[in-house]
Amino acid sequence: MIEFIQKLPLIAILLPLIAGLATILIGKYSEKIRNIWVSSILGITLLVIVAILFEVIRNGLITYTLGAPQTTPEAWDVPVRIILEVDAMGAFIALGIGLTTFLASLYSWRFFDEDRLGMNTYYALLMITAAGGAGFAYTGDLFNLFVFLEITSISAAGLVAFWSKKGTPYEASFKFLVISAVSAMMFLMGVGFIYGQYNALNIGMVAERMMETGFGTLDQLALGLFVASLAMKAGAVPMHMWIPDAYGETPAPISMVMVTISQLSLYGLFRVSFSLYGFNLDGVALGWIIVILGLLTMFIGVMMAIIQKTIKRLMAYHAISQTGYMLLGVGVGLVALMSGDAGSIPIYGQQAMEGGIFHILNHAIYKGLLFLTAGAVIYKTNVRSLDDLGSLAREMPFTTVAFVVGAAAIAGLPPFNGFASKIIIYQSAYILNPFLTAVAMLVSVLTLASFVKVFQSVFLGPKKEEIEGIGEVPPSMKAAMFGLASLTILFGLFPDLVVETIVVPAAEALIDQQGYIGGIL
Amino acid sequence: MILNLPFIAVAVLLLIGFYGLLFKDNLIKITMSVVIIEGAVNLFLVSLGYVEGAVPPVYTMAPFEEPMAFAVPQALVITAIVIGIAVTTLMLALSVRIYQTYGTLDTKEVRRLRG
Repeated sequence: MIEFIQKLPLIAILLPLIAGLATILIGKYSEKIRNIWVSSILGITLLVIVAILFEVIRNGLITYTLGAPQTTPEAWDVPVRIILEVDAMGAFIALGIGLTTFLASLYSWRFFDEDRLGMNTYYALLMITAAGGAGFAYTGDLFNLFVFLEITSISAAGLVAFWSKKGTPYEASFKFLVISAVSAMMFLMGVGFIYGQYNALNIGMVAERMMETGFGTLDQLALGLFVASLAMKAGAVPMHMWIPDAYGETPAPISMVMVTISQLSLYGLFRVSFSLYGFNLDGVALGWIIVILGLLTMFIGVMMAIIQKTIKRLMAYHAISQTGYMLLGVGVGLVALMSGDAGSIPIYGQQAMEGGIFHILNHAIYKGLLFLTAGAVIYKTNVRSLDDLGSLAREMPFTTVAFVVGAAAIAGLPPFNGFASKIIIYQSAYILNPFLTAVAMLVSVLTLASFVKVFQSVFLGPKKEEIEGIGEVPPSMKAAMFGLASLTILFGLFPDLVVETIVVPAAEALIDQQGYIGGIL
Repeated sequence: MILNLPFIAVAVLLLIGFYGLLFKDNLIKITMSVVIIEGAVNLFLVSLGYVEGAVPPVYTMAPFEEPMAFAVPQALVITAIVIGIAVTTLMLALSVRIYQTYGTLDTKEVRRLRG
């Protein structure tokens, strides 16, 4: 039984990968069986991911060795093996991609009713994205980070381009592909610098050897490449220009998955700064860079969102803005960690990191919900412009309620989950510098203003003739929205429970560099 | 001295690649720039594993007196090349589709997404 649990991370990667390729064959036989197959496989993957999370929290790191036995030959000082190393943070971040791909598959049952061309490949790419995302979260190897980064971005680029009537998705996909290809190449260059110096690719191994030799110029160069490329993929200002195009032009369920793909890059950034460099950094500069990036991201994102006129583009800019909160929380944690004594962290630093990490999960949930409601509106009306919509609350009460829940959560109103994580970030950032909290609260107010505008122009207003009798969306789409809306409310009502069970272990795992290094030996 | 030559080539290729990426307007030329950047990074990785006067890292024909080149960077580069081909193919396919719908490959005109 224990052996089987050790293999779970590999199963979470291989199951959707192989099943994704089989989907094309099954789809040729029957569409209905294919839909059930895809959703059940992604559902099982989600269950496996949850099982891994609870196993890691209870019993500590899972290390799985691919290809070679666990122990290295005595005579060699290089461990010749590729490892999957799952700590609580990695297991936590995989939750987002598992949840969104599963719900996206449910939502897609009916979403593409009008033209069913290419649906087999669509589902195959969705499952390969899930596999790549799980791999990115679970790997303990720098080069595999690059490989899984590319797998997720290539399949996501295919998903962005696939549903096209007027050509704009191709343009968005091309932009996304150029950005991700170049940033992945810069990441690989950084991996080259690290490998040339330390003759190892295991994150833990490199970190250990770096501790022995100290932090040099080449390490700094590699760090610059890592931070720039991963921040670009995560959509931090000033490298955010591809996000509104890519999120705005894809079909709504894929927008939801894209949010978690960006969060994976954010996780890569945290992994590199904490587990790879960690205490070698000897300074608070990187922490402050992340904090300032976070402030810029949240402010510029929300300012751009206010002036948008199409519904999904507006939400995409809000997604940029919310990424700023995660950067702020974890950046404050990094500053606190570095300014204290080695190995200890002031209490506010720990709390800031918990807030930032909790916000990652909350953001995936409420942003996904908002994108799905936007998708429901577009599915029924086929209109994207805010000016041409109106009075949908009469026709689509369920979607309206779901939208209100999501909008209240993103604006940080109690008792929804956005409030729960934002209040932690406000409190802890205030101790470092009150100005940070002031900006964060201002951004929340602007977010609320922007969503009040959307609510008014899409769902309220006098009766419109052209939308009369369009009715509510099909049950499978309702089910996906209901799942996310109930999670939004549950996480908002019982934040302590969630923070204590899964967020605190994740934050502690991120801080505990020695534990991560110990996992490979 | 001669060992530094590959790294100088890497720097030159990176410069050419980024120049093309930033200043060229044609989607095909942008694709070519990305390919050049990929080539530069792959050359960088292979050069890292080079040892002067070394034999290829094939285990069965390794003479034990002579040094072998590092095997890991070569394995990495194989993977990176395959990924690069996938990216290039997808970019070219998208260029074809963009040409079909927009009727041009000029980035100044392929700009329906704004704001």
